[in-house]
Amino acid sequence: MVPPPKRKNPLRRTQAPLLPPSARSRTALGITAAAAQGRFVLQVCAACETVQYPPREICGACLGDELAWRAVPSEGTLLAATTIRISGDPYFRERMPWRTGTVAMDAGPTVIAHVQASLVPGDRARLVQKLDRAGQGVMVALPLAATHDSLDDPMMRELTNDPQDRRVLVTDGRHPIGQAVARALLAAGAHVVLGIADIWKPFASVDGAEMIELDLTDADSVRRCAAAYGGRLEIVVNTGLYTRPGGILARGDLTTARVEMEAAYFGPMRLAQALGPALRSRAADGTHPACAWVNVLSVYALTNLPSWGTTSASQAAALSLSQALRADLRPIRVVNVLVGPLDDEWHQTVPSPKVAPTALATAIVRALRDGIEDVAVGDVAQDILARWLDDPKILERELAT
Amino acid sequence: MSSLADFAADLASGSITVVDLTQTLSADFPTITLPPEFGQCAPFRLEEISRYDSRGPAWYWNNFSCGEHTGTHYDAPIHWVSGKDFPNNTVDTIPASKFIAPAVVIDCSKETAGNHDFVLTRAVLETWESRHGHIPAGGWVLLRTDWSKRSGAAYANMREDGAHTPGPDPEAVRFLVEERDVLGFGTETIGTDAGQAHLFTPPYPAHFYMHGKGRYGLQCLCNLDLLPATGAVIVSPPLKIQGGSGSPLRVLALVMA
Amino acid sequence: MRRGYDGVVVTAPTTIPYERYSIHSAHRWIGQALAAALKRAGLRPRDVDGFCCSSFSLGLDTAVGLTQHFGISPRWLDHIPMGGASGIAALRRAARAVQAGDADIVACVAGDTNHPDSFRQQLTGFSRFSTDAVYPYGAGGPNMSFALLTDAYMRTYGATREDFGRICVSQRSNARNTPHALMKRPLTLEQYLAARPIADPIALFDCVMPCAGAEAFLVMRDETARALGLPSARLLSTIERHNAFAEDPIQLRGGWAVDRDELYGMAGVGPGDIDLLETYDDYPVIIMMQIEDLGFCAKGEAPAFVRAHDLRVTGDFPHNTSGGQLSVGQAGAAGGHLGLVEAIRQLTGETLGAKVADAKLAMVSGFGMINYDRGLCSGAAILAAGG
Repeated sequence: MVPPPKRKNPLRRTQAPLLPPSARSRTALGITAAAAQGRFVLQVCAACETVQYPPREICGACLGDELAWRAVPSEGTLLAATTIRISGDPYFRERMPWRTGTVAMDAGPTVIAHVQASLVPGDRARLVQKLDRAGQGVMVALPLAATHDSLDDPMMRELTNDPQDRRVLVTDGRHPIGQAVARALLAAGAHVVLGIADIWKPFASVDGAEMIELDLTDADSVRRCAAAYGGRLEIVVNTGLYTRPGGILARGDLTTARVEMEAAYFGPMRLAQALGPALRSRAADGTHPACAWVNVLSVYALTNLPSWGTTSASQAAALSLSQALRADLRPIRVVNVLVGPLDDEWHQTVPSPKVAPTALATAIVRALRDGIEDVAVGDVAQDILARWLDDPKILERELAT
Repeated sequence: MSSLADFAADLASGSITVVDLTQTLSADFPTITLPPEFGQCAPFRLEEISRYDSRGPAWYWNNFSCGEHTGTHYDAPIHWVSGKDFPNNTVDTIPASKFIAPAVVIDCSKETAGNHDFVLTRAVLETWESRHGHIPAGGWVLLRTDWSKRSGAAYANMREDGAHTPGPDPEAVRFLVEERDVLGFGTETIGTDAGQAHLFTPPYPAHFYMHGKGRYGLQCLCNLDLLPATGAVIVSPPLKIQGGSGSPLRVLALVMA
Repeated sequence: MRRGYDGVVVTAPTTIPYERYSIHSAHRWIGQALAAALKRAGLRPRDVDGFCCSSFSLGLDTAVGLTQHFGISPRWLDHIPMGGASGIAALRRAARAVQAGDADIVACVAGDTNHPDSFRQQLTGFSRFSTDAVYPYGAGGPNMSFALLTDAYMRTYGATREDFGRICVSQRSNARNTPHALMKRPLTLEQYLAARPIADPIALFDCVMPCAGAEAFLVMRDETARALGLPSARLLSTIERHNAFAEDPIQLRGGWAVDRDELYGMAGVGPGDIDLLETYDDYPVIIMMQIEDLGFCAKGEAPAFVRAHDLRVTGDFPHNTSGGQLSVGQAGAAGGHLGLVEAIRQLTGETLGAKVADAKLAMVSGFGMINYDRGLCSGAAILAAGG
């Protein structure tokens, strides 16, 4: 395991937040898409079933042009490995030595991959697809049997966002999600700073968390938080999921919609503008650099659920904001956690299944540890996501009934 | 006209002092909180437009947003359903002459210190009158509790069963309105009513009876401890919001030194 | 049976002395090489009716743009993007053009420039597969690719660092007499073994030094060469293969193994008849593969072969007699012409450095383009002295 971070030497310049090479063909982004969700896929030829790699336009076995991304067996044998000690690329140059190798997959292709330290040529290996600090999907060879801790080395730290020994701001301690996420992060070994809006109202502290005043709707409060914590946070989890029932016409005014937009869109934007630059500048700072920004979003950000019409619209704005942040905050990983109805006071009239805040918190910790950036938590979110991926128009119609 | 000139001279000489009864408008200042399924009063928010920078090289200014009932604010009769049909019941139509009026201060700070749920009763008012004389018609009645010296959570003083702050009971309000014909009622707390006033019959009597008789409210006042029991004059013009139910405002008291 | 290359000769071996970095563009290097080759042959630009170019650093230009740039008007034109196999490929195409009468005099030129950051920039966009599936993995460039091939080769065939070191040390020895070699300081096996590691098991002296430079030669009929008074070498046979053994999970052999019988059969000679061998040598492991796949020893026996033979110019197996890219430098695509130009020099007696005694038959081998995990292009030619 990577030991806890040492105190910083104030005389040393902070390592610059560089990106690994990020150019890819459009086709190769299929791996990025899979890695974003923690899946493993390769192209498979519809005509001859040949598994392809590197990503292709045309089957290397039969010239077929239908190459769909499919889950394939990810095991293979490490044939050769090297420890690169000199690289012309600035990102890798700062991270030398770096281990890569050649894996012959049981499924057929030969893959050049990042190779975990304990693997040696001849070993059986399991390939996974991870996002690197540029946000691009890469192939990583891991030992077949490995624990979370045994894999925790500097290379894997570049490909994951483990909260262990990192300082995490959880924005909304008033929300059941914020409370649950704070507890889950504490259990995962993080130092948690938990924000409380309207500190003059009663609130429940979380044992072990540092409670601070933070109201994303208040520019001054956000500024104060950034001034105090901007330089000493590695992860931000925006848990202020503000969902209220009501369609556009039923609402009849904009009061709640404005509050929704403040909570989902303007508030997080304010926080990103205040914390983002400092966070990004520390994205290569030491052994536990700043690494992730998590947004909890309603799955109805994808497609509007008219009975929660204004909430859905604000969540769509939040999702769009999050996509923009992905580019702006790089190499900070922006993780979108899509969730269906929560098991909370606002979803009393919504039938099960609903997501317990603790389940959501567990999923967030897992996503950080695994380096995933798109997560759908719970049966409803996964169902909506699957329908959306299948056909957004059909889903729009389904939800509009 | 000589009396106004005298007034100006007294102001200039300091024989009349001006006491600011206004809390600073800031995002941190507590705002009335209703159960979350109701519409909510927006807290005060400030967004910088520019500050001698690329957004405006030589000037600094902000946009602010808030509800009509945020911070030190004025309640017009139309605020409450009981006052909804009065003529001139909105902040833009209330005669301007109503914005300058004498005030009496009922000091209940000692009682409130030991009892957050202190209730201002007719008996308390009568006791006060026995010392200071009749509460004059057409003036403000300000309840001094020293609550404004609190801040944050202690000021809002919210518990699981709601806020616990002092305020009048129905009988006291009816006494002030019906028997003393006051102009309005002012407090240092978030509302003119007590934190637990929803338990009275009718609920929120200060709102119900004051506005039901076309009278006004002032809340979130401070510095009442600097005012005499009688003799102060209050200047309290709200913003002229068309159809407005109230407004944040600057409240000043004129006091003989 | 393929048709031979009767009457086709190569001549005017030309090298523009290499520089580590150049402020000039590839156009200048290629143009200088063309000018030098023509000058050597006593020709004017309008005499060239065939032009074949190889380069990585021409930007958007190809051989087409160079015709206008250089003021030539060829009736036959080619541009060969095959890196280390471009020399052999250029020779094959030019020879057939001359033989068929499509052109009378073909100038084959390769050249590249090198700026301080140009090698890295070239790597980032080397190929679609490389951009997608190699460069993001440590950005080690060819060092990494050949480290993996070297690692696999060593594990499979028991080659040692010392074996590779023998090749590098003997090439450095050969480079002593090559005026434009960038690395001429004597190298001992101890120094080789103690060198700074680059990408295990590759260390500093396993790697070529990217540089600017250009190479050129002319292809024509033997009577043309005679008329011009040019010493020349005859082309006996060639092979070329791409993407051979695609089913091998990792590259331990190249396309030469597919075609070598044809190479020898066409020339009517055997491995034992070859007087000198010019292999493509960006890393020593690929030299071992060429020695094996071209039939000088059995598969996997190159380590023993290099232990048993002296690879210096003066040795019993003269190899990369100018010092090769490992000592002279790798001037981009010119690296794919370096061995061929050196072989012509040896066979025509125009050597810049040491001469292989009584050299009559030379083999030149090319290898190019690590498109993804392996080199895709292979080729070889046998040349004979006495045009």
